[in-house]
Amino acid sequence: MSDSAAIQVRGRPLIPGEGSGPLLRLTHPISFWGGVDPTSGQIVDPRHPEFSSSITGTVLAIPAAVGSSSSSAIMLELLREGTAPAAILMGKADAILALGGVVGGELGYAPIPIIEVSAAELERLPDGTRVAVHADGTVTSE
Amino acid sequence: MPLHLSEPERHLLSGASGEAAAMAMRVVTSAAELLGASSLVEISSAHIDGCLHHGDGGVEFAETLVKGGGEVAVPTTLNVGALDLLHPDVVQADAHKTDMARRQMEAYVAMGAQPTFTCAPYQVGHEPGVGEQVAWGESNAIAFVNSVLGARTERYGDFLDACCALTGRAPLYGLHLAENRRATVVVDATDVPSELKGRDVFFPVLGTWLGLEIGQEISVIKGLPESTTRDQLKALGAAAASSGAVALFHVAGVTPEAPTVPAALGLGLPSDPAASNQSWGRQPMWPTPRTIELDSGSVRAALQRLSTAAGTDRIDAVALGSPHFSADEFRALHHCLRGRQMGTPFYVCTARDTLAEIDAIGIADELRASGVEIVADTCVVVTPILPAKNGVLMTNSGKFAHYGPSNTGYDVLYGSLEDCVESAITGEVVRSSEVWVW
Repeated sequence: MSDSAAIQVRGRPLIPGEGSGPLLRLTHPISFWGGVDPTSGQIVDPRHPEFSSSITGTVLAIPAAVGSSSSSAIMLELLREGTAPAAILMGKADAILALGGVVGGELGYAPIPIIEVSAAELERLPDGTRVAVHADGTVTSE
Repeated sequence: MPLHLSEPERHLLSGASGEAAAMAMRVVTSAAELLGASSLVEISSAHIDGCLHHGDGGVEFAETLVKGGGEVAVPTTLNVGALDLLHPDVVQADAHKTDMARRQMEAYVAMGAQPTFTCAPYQVGHEPGVGEQVAWGESNAIAFVNSVLGARTERYGDFLDACCALTGRAPLYGLHLAENRRATVVVDATDVPSELKGRDVFFPVLGTWLGLEIGQEISVIKGLPESTTRDQLKALGAAAASSGAVALFHVAGVTPEAPTVPAALGLGLPSDPAASNQSWGRQPMWPTPRTIELDSGSVRAALQRLSTAAGTDRIDAVALGSPHFSADEFRALHHCLRGRQMGTPFYVCTARDTLAEIDAIGIADELRASGVEIVADTCVVVTPILPAKNGVLMTNSGKFAHYGPSNTGYDVLYGSLEDCVESAITGEVVRSSEVWVW
């Protein structure tokens, strides 16, 4: 980006940590169970607008998580398989995905930060850029 | 708000009762903090929905708890696994998945949970009383224990249900608290003909409509007969928890927290501002709940939604038993079949304990002789059992109708128990429609 002024937004860490990657903004809520294949890291729900995108290594911005509480198990599988995003930014806090992260940490898999960021703040992050998540819950575009 | 822990809870967290108990307590306290709970609540039972193999992480989690000396702290039942341990040939999975699915089921048994392997633990003797605090997983079981039994659980899912069982604690929030169990919506079913409201086939349709209409709100339904059965309420809750996220519904005059509509709306609870106003004879200050009249158009739209193969005239298989078939439902099937022979693969899913019950009275053998395949410990939408990758599956279950297409590849056709039996005998679709017209 030619714009040298980095954007910074502030969020609330559900699981604190650091990570960076290209921003992947989902335009629709997603159920990880039935929606994400932990082996490939791809979005496999054909009804989802970002169908077939890979979430691996991205900073994944999602408006909300929906659906089955088995999504905790898929979150754990993503951490085990090394196919997880670098970080997750959620418009609405959700205990199900975060719980998968907590259990992943208990089992010794490197946790990823999960940050609650308001929808308005998420909007400020420019598409097509790399973003970094910091331990205090701030998110900056690079 | 900081999370307050009692002395015994801090003791568990310290590791003094073993590493598994400490890990479970760390998960429960993390969840409590994420959910904004300020304390934990002691529970008297748990139902774990963590036996189903979604990937090897589930096995690793359960076996880590076993290695750490994990033992359930309260009476605990287990939901379905991915295998029928009594009839190993029923499920067609590869050797690795079969092995891991078995290890996952066995790990929970090793921690002292009862090997019930059913989504309907309430049919095999696990029935908490009104007001009891419990931690249950599996959406239909959650709806049933909250609504029909009047015990109190939130929606627990993978990992957290097991950690609650090991610690005997759950985050104190949501439906554990009386003030959050009030109905906010009145559903008026008065105009639905009594003939339809007395039929089993009505309840999955009502549940499907309810879930779509109110999402995760709490409703009180009025106008259903006092004779509404537990199996009918089971079917209603399972469908509502599939099409929506219904974890609690009330039926006026039927379910324990709804002797009347006002009672279900919470009028009269001590924390209700209306209660103090009533002594002056003034109008309650409590917000007026919205009322939805259940009309024939809404019912028929929900009915249509349960079939994705409405135009077909032949079926390839029938599946019943989501939630797991009760002994009463087996008796009804036996009565309906009258010894005739199925011409189509016909599966009924149930708990091993219910199977033992109908074995003892001789029904199971007669059903098998008619061509009924009885599946225990699991069900046809969570693991590969059906004979092909696609076709038309007929069912009387709102939950099978909801998950069938995405989980099995089959299109679905919804009908009554009688419709399913008559269709299976010839393979040609029989559906009675007159009951839906008013």
